This record gives sequence, C-alpha cells and structure tokens, in this order.
Amino acid sequence: MTTLNRTTAPHTWLARQSRWSWFEVAFWMATLLPFFLFPTYLTLASQIAIAALFAISVDLILGYAGIVTLGHALFFGLGAYSVGLLSARLGWGEPISSLAFAGLVAGLVGFVASYLIVRVQHLALIMVTLGLGFLGYELANAMTWLTGGTDGLRGVSTWQIFGTFRFDLWGYTAYTYSLVVLFLGLLVSRTIVNSSFGLALRGIRENVKRMPAIGSDHSWHLRKIYTISAALAGIAGGLLTQTTNTVGLDVLSFQRSADVVVMLILGGTGRLYGAIVGAIIFLVARDQLAGVNPQYWYFWIGLLLMLVVLFMPKGILGFFARFVERRG
Amino acid sequence: MGQTQPIMLKTNALRKSFGALQVSRDVSLALPRGCRYALIGPNGAGKTTLINLITGQLKPDSGTIELDGEDITATPAAARVRKGLARTFQINTLFPELTPIEAVTLVVSEREAVAGQFWRRLSTQTEAIDEAFEILTRLRLADVATRPTRTLAYGQQRLLEIALALATRPKVLLLDEPAAGVPKDESAMLFSVIAGLPEDISVLFIEHDMNIVFRFATRIIVLVSGGVLVEDTTANIRTDARVRDVYLGHGAHG
Repeated sequence: MTTLNRTTAPHTWLARQSRWSWFEVAFWMATLLPFFLFPTYLTLASQIAIAALFAISVDLILGYAGIVTLGHALFFGLGAYSVGLLSARLGWGEPISSLAFAGLVAGLVGFVASYLIVRVQHLALIMVTLGLGFLGYELANAMTWLTGGTDGLRGVSTWQIFGTFRFDLWGYTAYTYSLVVLFLGLLVSRTIVNSSFGLALRGIRENVKRMPAIGSDHSWHLRKIYTISAALAGIAGGLLTQTTNTVGLDVLSFQRSADVVVMLILGGTGRLYGAIVGAIIFLVARDQLAGVNPQYWYFWIGLLLMLVVLFMPKGILGFFARFVERRG
Repeated sequence: MGQTQPIMLKTNALRKSFGALQVSRDVSLALPRGCRYALIGPNGAGKTTLINLITGQLKPDSGTIELDGEDITATPAAARVRKGLARTFQINTLFPELTPIEAVTLVVSEREAVAGQFWRRLSTQTEAIDEAFEILTRLRLADVATRPTRTLAYGQQRLLEIALALATRPKVLLLDEPAAGVPKDESAMLFSVIAGLPEDISVLFIEHDMNIVFRFATRIIVLVSGGVLVEDTTANIRTDARVRDVYLGHGAHG
C-alpha cells in the first residue's frame, strides 16, 4: 500500500464505475444482428427498442430515485398523441422535430405533475401515479373529436427521415431509427446516472431522511429527474406513432404502465441495461407465447415475474452481473 | 477561554409539546465557538427532541434559534445545514448501497451546489472527491472508502455518520449519541476522533457514559423532563448534588 496508491484509489474506483465495458460494446453490436439474422422480425425489434426506451425512462425514476410509478403511460401516451395530432390535425410529419415536440409536451406535463409527486411517498405515491394514468386515459377517451377515441387516431403519416429515408414495409428504417433514438436515450441517461446528480438520486433512493440533514433540497432533484423521465417516455411514445402511423387509446392504458414496470423488474432496476433486457424478454416472450396461446400468455409472464422476484431479486441482468462484478 | 469566544448557536426558551406531554420546557442554550459541550440526562429527558428542534426536523411551539447571530427558527432543515448546522443520528441514518467515498462526495457536492449537474461525470469532480477522501482518511475510513456502506463494521458506520456531518463544513455540530451501540473500548477511540475535530467547530454531544462525558466535555448541560436542570463546567457537575440525585434515580422533577 503505497501513498500514491491510496490517493489515486478513490478516483480510479469512481472512474471505473462509469467506464464503458466490453459487455456494453458487445451488446450494441448485437443489436445489429436482427438485420441479418431475423429480417422478418424487424417490426418486433423496433417495438422492443421503443419499449426499452420507455423502460429506461421509468428506470431513471424508479431504479435510481426510488419513485415507484404505475402511471407512466400518461407520458408515453402524451408523446404518442403529440406526434399523431401534429401529423393528423396539423399536417406536420417531419420525424425529428415531431419527436422533439413529443418530448417537450410530455416533459412539460411531467414538470407540472412533479410538484404533486414530490409531496407523497410509498402507497400514496403509487396511487397518485395511478390516478394520473387514469386521468390521461379517460381524457383522451372523452375527447373523441380530437383523439378519435376508441377508434384510434387516423391519418397519421410520417415523412422521410432527413427527407431521404422512407419508412419501408419491412421495418428496416423503423428499426434503424428506433435503435438510434434508443441509443441516444441511453447515452443521455447514462450521462445522468454517472453524474453528481445521479449520485444525489441514489442518495434519495437509499435514504431520503438523511438528505435534508446533508443540506440537500432533494425535492428539486426529484422534480428534475421526473421531468426528464417524462420527456424520455414521451419520445418513446412519439416513436411508436411514427413507426406504426397510428395512435390507439392503449398508449395511455394502465396495462402499458404496468407492463413497463414488469419489464424493468424482470431485467433489473437501477442499471439502465436491465430496462433493455427486460423489454427484450417481455416482448419476445409475448410474441412467442401469443403464437401458442393468444389468450393466456400473461399466465407465463406472471410465472416468470414471480420466479424472478423470488430468486433473482436484482432482476435477470442483476443476477448475471453478480458473477462478472465478483471478478472485477 | 469559552467566554471570550463568540456565541455560534443560541436557543431562547424553546418549547415543544406532543399533546399534553411537554418535551421541551423553555430550553435556553448558548454554544460558543469551538466548544465541546455534553448534553446529558435520563432517558426521556428530551435530548433528541432538542436536537430535532434545533436542526429543524421538529418545529418548536415557541422560542427562537439563532445560528451565528442569525435567526433560523423558520429556516427549513436543509437550509440550516447549508448555513453551518450539522447533526448525526443516534440510529445510523446512512446510505446502505453507497460507498463511503460516494456518500461523502455527495455531501460535498451538495454543499458546493454542484449536485444538480447532470452533464458532468462524477469522477471528474476531483476537488469534491479529494475533499471527501481527505475527510474519510481523517476519520480512519480510507481503507473501506470503496466498499458498500452496508458491509462496513458497525463502529465504522458510526464514524461515517460523523464524516457525513463534517463534510457539510459545519460551524456547529450536534452529535446524538455518536457511540451508541459501540463497545466501550471502541467508543473511547470514537471520542478521540471527535476531540480531534477542527478547533473552530462548536460541538454538542449526547452521551450516557459519564466517564467519556467527563473526559471529553468542557461543559455539561443536564436536561431533565424537557428542561435544563443545570449547566456548568465539568468539574462542578461532577460534584453537583442535584445531578447525582437524577442519576441515582430520584427525579428532580418530583
């Protein structure tokens, strides 16, 4: 133990926490495999990318800041309808700006809602998020003149990306586009969680009672991450509209809010990639199981969920990461 | 020497009741700069309540609190910390999954108002990390700086309690039974760390072990049934008949 070693140890240790690992590089290489191996599944692949982005947005608040939510579809749906209405009602279908608009709308509503979110904890918090989700769904349901109600929003068309890349029938463009947005979303989220702000969020999750005693205005941190998370969820929703050219009420449904939490729990919270792994498992399972038994496939999801929670409390990714981290 | 120092923390007739139970009765204290005062009293005397009132976890029914000449009675708890009033907890109130280096760096970055920066890597906040590691080294926690807090020995966790408070750069530090649950031989070590804190910090600590109180405190405040029974130098308290009565079990409140 030299003195040099001692003084550099905490810096190198902290730097190592945020370093790109080979697993990450390998993972992102693997996301290109569907182009070659499963070209008929590109639509599913882009749905997975969108669900993964949505799950990452939930991980930011649930996994890092400890805000449990059962109503995040509100922001996903807001983004989806923002893009849909922009195209169907105003005739603007430019993808990039529409996506930014979706993030802005969801982020703004998220910012307003965050004032409510920071006031409550535990069960009350879950109920507030649940309530927000219900409000969103029923508002869209009631405003049939605007949203198309249960019939869905028609007449959505998405222009070519950069005026060059058409959304093709096979989903090449859709998957490429969704993958790029997912990657950017992960980059932003990764930056956030590896910053001092990310550390403050983990502090809130670990012991909210201590935060004021170390001089932290933690409710401002919470409002900030909730707003960012809402914007990210809105972008995911906007992506869904752009890749499917339709918006149904299901974008705001409780089912969607619950599914995204299930994905996150399956993959593992508080590690970003858990959100992606969870989305892959959930949607691939749905695709395969629904083929076998279209009505009862949630049975298997329920079973999987219980097994994971009981035997892999840190999620599937957390379970396997343990073996890697032990060596490091 | 204590008399010549400016008063850093002052409470004037602090009063607090929970229903019919009066837990603080007109408590008036004054801590000069650099003091090492002990707050003692039997269980239920209202020692922790008093700390909660001073730090803002509880609101007094009446009375005022001044920190370095400024009235902070209505100031929120987090803002009081930023003004230089820190505390530790009798029961560990730590961040179990964070490592000590992360936890103390968090405190430093909150103090320097950089904790909200979400675009800059934590590992590039070298000044905050350096300071955090320096504090951990001083509190003999350097070797466990990168281990999750929950895996630390209990005594080390008690030291981390103090490290977190110190990282706020307090003018006044309130230690609520810093050695609670620590074996006797280790608690002396803990208090030698406390005795070695920067000399300009005013320290008020709650402690039950009278040997430790007599050894490390220059002045003692005795709290009984929510009110100050007596406040005096360690030497005088040692021979005070009323204090002896209280500690022999005859309540002075009758």
